[in-house]
Amino acid sequence: MTDLLTMILTAIGLIFFAVGSLGLIRFPDSPSRLHALTKADNLGLGFIVLGVAFQAPGAAALLKLFLIWALAIFSAGASAQLVGRIALDSGRSDASGSKR
Amino acid sequence: MSDWALLIATGLLLTSAVALWRIARGPHRADRMMAAQLVGTSGIAIVLLLALVVDDWAMLDVAIVLALLAALSVIAYAKSAYDAGYGDPEEDQAPSQEPSDD
Repeated sequence: MTDLLTMILTAIGLIFFAVGSLGLIRFPDSPSRLHALTKADNLGLGFIVLGVAFQAPGAAALLKLFLIWALAIFSAGASAQLVGRIALDSGRSDASGSKR
Repeated sequence: MSDWALLIATGLLLTSAVALWRIARGPHRADRMMAAQLVGTSGIAIVLLLALVVDDWAMLDVAIVLALLAALSVIAYAKSAYDAGYGDPEEDQAPSQEPSDD
């Protein structure tokens, strides 16, 4: 039963990762690529964490797994703001992409 | 069970290959940084699945270090893209002032 849940959840996670990287290839400009990347990939990581958590041996490993996911989500939130601001500013000014 | 986890990990490696294509292609530095972020995220997922395969749960610490490094690399990139002090609300409010020394 838990094996079946692990298989289903990791497969869903892989699907989300595939969708995110498809968006990274296909979307036309930087902000939309950022939109595809930061949401879909961290949702995929969440499904994989959930799938692996059904096989975890104890509470310590379980806690660590969800710590990893929380860390990935927080860093994705911060880095999406930072990278999005850089992409927006360089699109506004010139094509050189540097603002120093 | 471990066969399935290896299969999923292989699929995640393929998504990392996609990110490497975007790093090579560009066109902007922000796109390359986003793709490096994708490599970081899928690397975390691959390490988690490999921890399941070899049943060695100390590998979770490796995944934590990968997550920390991915966050810090993006912050370092953002700091290197702007002058020192950029993003400070007080400096953004007064753009007509003379450029401040750092």
